[in-house]
Amino acid sequence: MAKRVGIEVSIALAEAVKLANVDVIAAYPITPQTHIVEHLSEVVADGEVDAEYVPVESEHAAMSCCCGSSAAGARTFTSSSSQGLLLMSEILFIPGPMRFPIVMAVVNRALSAPISIWNDHQDIMSQRDIGWIQTFAENGQEAFDLTLHAFRVAEDRRVSLPMMVNIDGFTLSHVVEAVELLSQEEVDQYLPPFKPRYRLDPRKPITMGPVGIPEVYSEAKVAHNEALKASRKVILRGWKEFADLFGRQYNPIETYRSEDAEVLLVTMGSISETAMTAIDTMRDKGQKAGLVKIRLWRPFPGPEFRKAAGKAKMLAVVDRCLPPGAICGPVGAELRSLFYKVPGGPKIFNFIAGLGGRDVTVERFEEMVDKSMVFAKKRPKELYEVIGVREK
Amino acid sequence: MIPEFEKFKRFKAKNLPKEELLAPGHRACQGCGEVLALRMVMKALGPNVIVCMATGCMEIVTTPYPQTAWKVPWIHIAFENPASVASGIESALKVLRRKGKVPKKHIDILAVGGDGATSDIGLGWISGALERGHDFTYICLDNEAYMNTGVQRSSCTPYGAMTTTSPPGKKSFGQVTWKKNVPGIAVAHNIPYVATASPAYFLDLMNKVKKAALVKGPAYIHIYSPCPTGWGSAPERSIEFAKLVVETRVFPLYEVIEGRYIMSRKITKPKPVQKYLKGQRRFRHLDEEHIAYIQQRVNADYEKLVRLSEIT
Amino acid sequence: MANTDAIVGWKTITFGCHVMEPGSSTKFRTGDWRSQRPVIDNEKCIKCGICWIYCPDMAIIQNKDGFFEVNMEYCKGCGICAHECPKDAITIVPEEG
Ligand SMILES: Cc1ncc(C[n+]2csc(CCOP(=O)(O)OP(=O)(O)O)c2C)c(N)n1
Ligand code: SF4
Ligand code: SF4
Ligand code: SF4
Ligand SMILES: [Mg+2]
Repeated sequence: MAKRVGIEVSIALAEAVKLANVDVIAAYPITPQTHIVEHLSEVVADGEVDAEYVPVESEHAAMSCCCGSSAAGARTFTSSSSQGLLLMSEILFIPGPMRFPIVMAVVNRALSAPISIWNDHQDIMSQRDIGWIQTFAENGQEAFDLTLHAFRVAEDRRVSLPMMVNIDGFTLSHVVEAVELLSQEEVDQYLPPFKPRYRLDPRKPITMGPVGIPEVYSEAKVAHNEALKASRKVILRGWKEFADLFGRQYNPIETYRSEDAEVLLVTMGSISETAMTAIDTMRDKGQKAGLVKIRLWRPFPGPEFRKAAGKAKMLAVVDRCLPPGAICGPVGAELRSLFYKVPGGPKIFNFIAGLGGRDVTVERFEEMVDKSMVFAKKRPKELYEVIGVREK
Repeated sequence: MIPEFEKFKRFKAKNLPKEELLAPGHRACQGCGEVLALRMVMKALGPNVIVCMATGCMEIVTTPYPQTAWKVPWIHIAFENPASVASGIESALKVLRRKGKVPKKHIDILAVGGDGATSDIGLGWISGALERGHDFTYICLDNEAYMNTGVQRSSCTPYGAMTTTSPPGKKSFGQVTWKKNVPGIAVAHNIPYVATASPAYFLDLMNKVKKAALVKGPAYIHIYSPCPTGWGSAPERSIEFAKLVVETRVFPLYEVIEGRYIMSRKITKPKPVQKYLKGQRRFRHLDEEHIAYIQQRVNADYEKLVRLSEIT
Repeated sequence: MANTDAIVGWKTITFGCHVMEPGSSTKFRTGDWRSQRPVIDNEKCIKCGICWIYCPDMAIIQNKDGFFEVNMEYCKGCGICAHECPKDAITIVPEEG
């Protein structure tokens, strides 16, 4: 039976990996991901899970090692953050097209320079196009549940793609929350053993990773993209069955008090919790504000988002990433594309906030909503605004 | 002594395996000594192996989709990381065997990289895998430059050699540095088996590969691999150079078994290095002074090695 | 040389772009590259197999009489076999035409 405990979110996530009866973990420590991999080393050392923990010499080696492990047919996990995620970057693009269902927890953190260990989404946004399924957890329970969901979806033979769960560094990873940990029997009920479609095996030798000559490269890339798009069904099914078994229903897009809202805040990750408080405050004041939370970022759930946005006149889209020289933030750009020339579509305003651990408070969310009201009447000069930054 | 070596049966000229695990139809250049060395490696290992290969000539010439020259399971991920990929495979098989998910039978794991993949970009990755003690063999196919990208220098390019990034010019004479001692770096990891080999001495090469596979834990073999295209040498002379390089002491053949150096072939009457350098366009520009310097350093290095074999 | 085998669509391309057929490079005849060919004189041959072990293209095969033959489908004409034969039993002759 599941038990509800007070637990640090990193540990809860690592417990999910343990309960998934993982075979190989290859990881390199980086703040704020360390508690996850330390806990996993511990449970391997104590024999709580029969797995190999490979203490690789870098993140690049970690992802390379995961590719080998997954190709050999092992359930494979890694975790990283920030500079580490970027050091992996070259290899992150490879398991998608090669169809290796590696699962990774990305503990989101800012990028150097200046060096910062604190939270934002610049790391994952810089690696947005690696061709992985990407989800964002809002709280500890989600971090635990989404990790199990990730193994289930990634390894599904129709999907066979790498999948990551993003959790915000410190603000989520290091907080103690009440989390309902599923029992081994419950997890086994939800997560079948990993049976790869192909594996490196001398009894049936195949060549993995041949040269993509021009006659075939485009087809290989499209095949991967289509597989990623098609994974949607399995992602939804995985959540549906999770709800059937354990009563917690997840959706690609979640809404909060959005029905009659004029302005919708759009958030990802743990700031959504503060955003909900902000919505309550604004509602109390009579403002028609609501919230849309993106849980599934890749493949992007366009139809669900459109539905969630409903008839709202404005979207106040929050990005935790400042892409220098760009027209706006990545989430802002995504949604602008989604609604481009959609008749009656909302006006989209993009706010960049919470960089490098800067708190995004209730007041900041209120400011975004207020600004959206103003912008709706008078078009702003730029397509985004950085919130809470000092000029002098 | 290494216990696994007790069951070691040497290859003899008479009992060489007929089976080819690398199929013809690969796209290596005429007279390629690197693919020949690879063919010998695979003959020695037999079919019960998984190969992880770095980006480079051998990867390109053996696997243009939808064809492959490989008859054993093979994987390519990137340039610098076959040792890490091998680490992952080895770890996976270990745990899957424990969990009864794959047959208990041992499978050899081979990681292969060129000299660029090994001595330069992948050195840290190899170091990590050797240090962690994975049971695998790493083989460096050393054709002394980045051939796949058009003959750029590596840290295994020999002194004086012309490459496209170590061109001799008015103020230069080609590669200015001495070849990096990668086997020595492997030895420094205290791994059970390190060796050098040349395809001219095919029995020696194949026996070393077999030993490397037998050994429990990491093994490293550095194989000299003539490249007529990159060196500007005649394709038919690839094996001749692979012999000369040993006979001139430029590339000595040895093993290091648990830290003990053993000369595989003592060269008591070395030929002058000049004999080796001649016939390769990459050395054509070298004057007598350079050649004298090379001769002197080759002598010194060889003596050092002999001393190591005496004291270890 | 265009590879007609590679004409696949994204729906028909192999899973993960893996190559499922081991040793399928044999479909590619590298013999076309050759401008000269080795000719073995069995009178001189002592069946040592040196030519076989040194061929980078697996183009030399032993027949049932123990002699070695060149598989012209793959021989690239590099000349190593002739250069290394201890009995000078192999001569390299230019390809005609
Ligand atoms: C990260 C990265 N950097 C550079 C390259 C380009 N590259 C591919 S192969 C190669 C050289 C290979 O040289 P070597 O390892 O000696 O193998 P060879 O081709 O000589 O057999 C280079 C530089 C790459 N593929 N990946
Ligand atoms: S360039 Fe050199 S190593 Fe590469 S295939 Fe040609 S001969 Fe072989
Ligand atoms: S190398 Fe010469 S002698 Fe030896 S088998 Fe070949 S042809 Fe005969
Ligand atoms: S010429 Fe070269 S490719 Fe042809 S058989 Fe002789 S060694 Fe092999
Ligand atoms: Mg090279």
